Amino acid sequence: MRSVRALASVLTAGVATTALASCSLVGGGEEEENANGSPGKVVLVTHESFTLPEEVLDRFAEESGFRLEVRSAGDAGSLTNRLVLTKERPIGDVVFGIDNTFASRALDEGVLADTDVERPAGAAAYDLEASDDLVPVDTGHVCVNVDDTWFEREGVEPPRTLADLTEPAYRDLTVVPGATTSSPGLAFLLATIAEEGEEWPAYWERLLGNGVKLVDGWSDAYQVDFTQGGGQGDRPIVVSYDSSPAFTLDGDGGTTTSALLDTCVRQVEYAGLLEGAANPDGGTALLEFLMGPEVQEALPDSMYVFPVRDDVELPADWARFAEQPETAYDVDPAEIAENRDDWLREWSDVTSR
Amino acid sequence: MRRTLALLGLALGPVLVLGVFFVLPVAGMVARGFWPDGAFDPGGVLEVLTRPRTGWVVWFTLWSSAVATVVSVLLGLPAAYALHRLDLPLRRVVRAALLVPFVLPTVVVGVAFRQLLGEAGPLGGLGLDGTPVAIVAGLAFFNVAVVIRSVGAAWEGLDPRPAEAAAALGASPAQVLRTVTLPALRPAIVSAASVVFLFCATSFGVVLTLGGLRYASVETEIYLLTTNLLDLQAAAALSVVQLVAITALLALAARLRTVPDPAVARRTARPRAVRRSDWPQVAATLALLALVAAPIATLVVGSLRVGDEWSLGNYRALQTTGEGALLVPVTEALATSLRTAVDATWMALLLGLVVAVVVTRRSRTPGERRVRSVLDGFFMLPLGVSAVTLGFGFLITLDRPPLDLRDSALLVPVAQALVALPLVVRTIVPVLGGIDDRQRQAAASLGAGSLRTLATVDLPVVWRPLLAAAGFAFAASLGEFGATAFLAREDRATVPVVIFRLIGSPGAMGYGMALAASVVLAATTAVVMLAVERLRVPSLGAF
Repeated sequence: MRSVRALASVLTAGVATTALASCSLVGGGEEEENANGSPGKVVLVTHESFTLPEEVLDRFAEESGFRLEVRSAGDAGSLTNRLVLTKERPIGDVVFGIDNTFASRALDEGVLADTDVERPAGAAAYDLEASDDLVPVDTGHVCVNVDDTWFEREGVEPPRTLADLTEPAYRDLTVVPGATTSSPGLAFLLATIAEEGEEWPAYWERLLGNGVKLVDGWSDAYQVDFTQGGGQGDRPIVVSYDSSPAFTLDGDGGTTTSALLDTCVRQVEYAGLLEGAANPDGGTALLEFLMGPEVQEALPDSMYVFPVRDDVELPADWARFAEQPETAYDVDPAEIAENRDDWLREWSDVTSR
Repeated sequence: MRRTLALLGLALGPVLVLGVFFVLPVAGMVARGFWPDGAFDPGGVLEVLTRPRTGWVVWFTLWSSAVATVVSVLLGLPAAYALHRLDLPLRRVVRAALLVPFVLPTVVVGVAFRQLLGEAGPLGGLGLDGTPVAIVAGLAFFNVAVVIRSVGAAWEGLDPRPAEAAAALGASPAQVLRTVTLPALRPAIVSAASVVFLFCATSFGVVLTLGGLRYASVETEIYLLTTNLLDLQAAAALSVVQLVAITALLALAARLRTVPDPAVARRTARPRAVRRSDWPQVAATLALLALVAAPIATLVVGSLRVGDEWSLGNYRALQTTGEGALLVPVTEALATSLRTAVDATWMALLLGLVVAVVVTRRSRTPGERRVRSVLDGFFMLPLGVSAVTLGFGFLITLDRPPLDLRDSALLVPVAQALVALPLVVRTIVPVLGGIDDRQRQAAASLGAGSLRTLATVDLPVVWRPLLAAAGFAFAASLGEFGATAFLAREDRATVPVVIFRLIGSPGAMGYGMALAASVVLAATTAVVMLAVERLRVPSLGAF
């Protein structure tokens, strides 16, 4: 008797669950009808910093006829690893946001499908040697930034090179995001490796000995510890981007910070069609759109990076204050692919000693 | 035997849900580590366990979590007493306020803490930034509310007469506390401490942000290994270590929790006026309030500054996408958060209630009791597994029919419900467990069916704790970040996800908006918790 009753309660609970689930407040609705990759939509897999104005995203639907769906999470590394783990059943059609430090992993693991997309003016300069399946979309430099007002006030000459950062004059003045936890941090590590070669661990020891502060990510470094960040910290030297000075305007037609152009390392972000994509035609259309004038023009304001096309106009503040270096540290992607994990492990050992 | 079968039948629903949304994904990720190229290679995983770094990481996790747990309990006990047994003015508001940190996104709290402790901050002179002290302080900040609420609830339900009798027989207040009160509170303290330990041991943002990268916990190491180095063997090794340690902890906690007579007191002690002898506890509570308020005050002040002026501009900007930093305005994200939290709450309540019923029914055989206690522990496990493992696991296991759920809109609320489930279960179980089974037998012998019995015996006792659990689940869902950030679709971002975006955007508005959005999230949580307080839950619930 008891078990019959218990069974009845199970059934009731089951029915209740189903009933409640079907009137879920978030579930159901328009999303479900296209759940199985009908040809009407293109799924873009990207990192958490991806954003574009709604008008631009709407333009894609108008021009191509495909509905765009964005799935974003994690940073460039996490994005690449997600694609590697799901390559048998890809989570979308197109990826955007694999950078030059992770490109080789994505290519080696066979995550990307062959594409044949024409490069607009200037874009081909950013192509990878290894493969043209990754299409360059934007570029920028990670550079050491300084607070010019601070150095003026203190009557100290600001640093110029990476080697300067280990000088006693700049003791306890620098903050750097970690290489294992942030992509500008990794880029900065690559800059030091390009500069110092095999000797880079010794350079980092000198850097740490000179009171450099290591933090979790860019927002911690810039917003909390940098003197010109949102939280008004007390360190006037920070690792950030070449575009950062365009965001610290003083209101009198100038900017309060500048990027040290001799300390920069180039970052390029790529897009590509995923192997096994449900909608390769839509994916190709999206790749072309990402290199098209609408997206390229929107990149500086939305994602704080430079377009790869050289025929689009930069926002006024950028044209004046975001200076790109003529030359930058360059580490060969193949070398990065081979050594990245060892470098990161060694860096962890040096910094957490 | 039939009873055991019926028991398992009833447990089938929740077990199935946990199986699909927890066991399967986690097992999938761990299996990738054990079968690196399709061939079984446990040697690689074992090798990881012998690395010195692994031992170092595990040791740091253990001791920092243990210290943070002890600190949380020591800070929480006086406050639990003062806020639940004394008739302090505004104590409901204070109780609600103390729960706010629990739901704040760690990124924001990390930033707020660092502004306080950093070299330029008001407490910069202490030199705590980037030290283990800062990590422990951060962990305690998040978790002290768990101790206050669960132990406070038990304390309120404690019969005051034994303590009074002991005092009348000449025991000093310290003796009363040691020999009467603390032993009676032991189950609640142990439960709270075990939950706090789980939260601390799996905390991610606090260790990274406040430790200045010098310290690595098991959780941050799994994150690094999975998302950056793609060393799945090492990640699997650490996940297994994590699971084994947590299972051991839960078993230990279950043992320490048991008391000879779990019967719930139906009478809750009325809060009494403050006496001179209570001043130390009241002072400790005020000090705790100040500790919790300091980082939050930093947030509020920061959110009201635009440039060098006071302004509500950051709050007005919440209706916008922050100069294009977001795809949806913060107000819309708040609506998404609330809707998701409603879904997560009913899921967690439904599952939690079934689990609680299954776990608390009187066992007739030792085997049956074992099944129940295993089930009890099973539903606590989601607290102890890395969100990264779960998130990646979802992607690689729920990818084909009949479980092609990667794109399902239900994934986020389900994941949040799994996080809230242990809180719900631990709130309801003590209450249901305290109901004398003879009442149900009496109802049955008078001809009531099992549903009727449930409605007339169990429901009247359990509905208020159930509401309290709902509040807890709602708050936990509002604040959930790890799994949500991984699973939420861009157009359905929740507030913590949006805050994370804002704080990482260099635009001039981003930082201020992130602080304003955090304040809004904190205020929303406080309002929800106040509403729960209004229900005057008779405080039988305890973790």
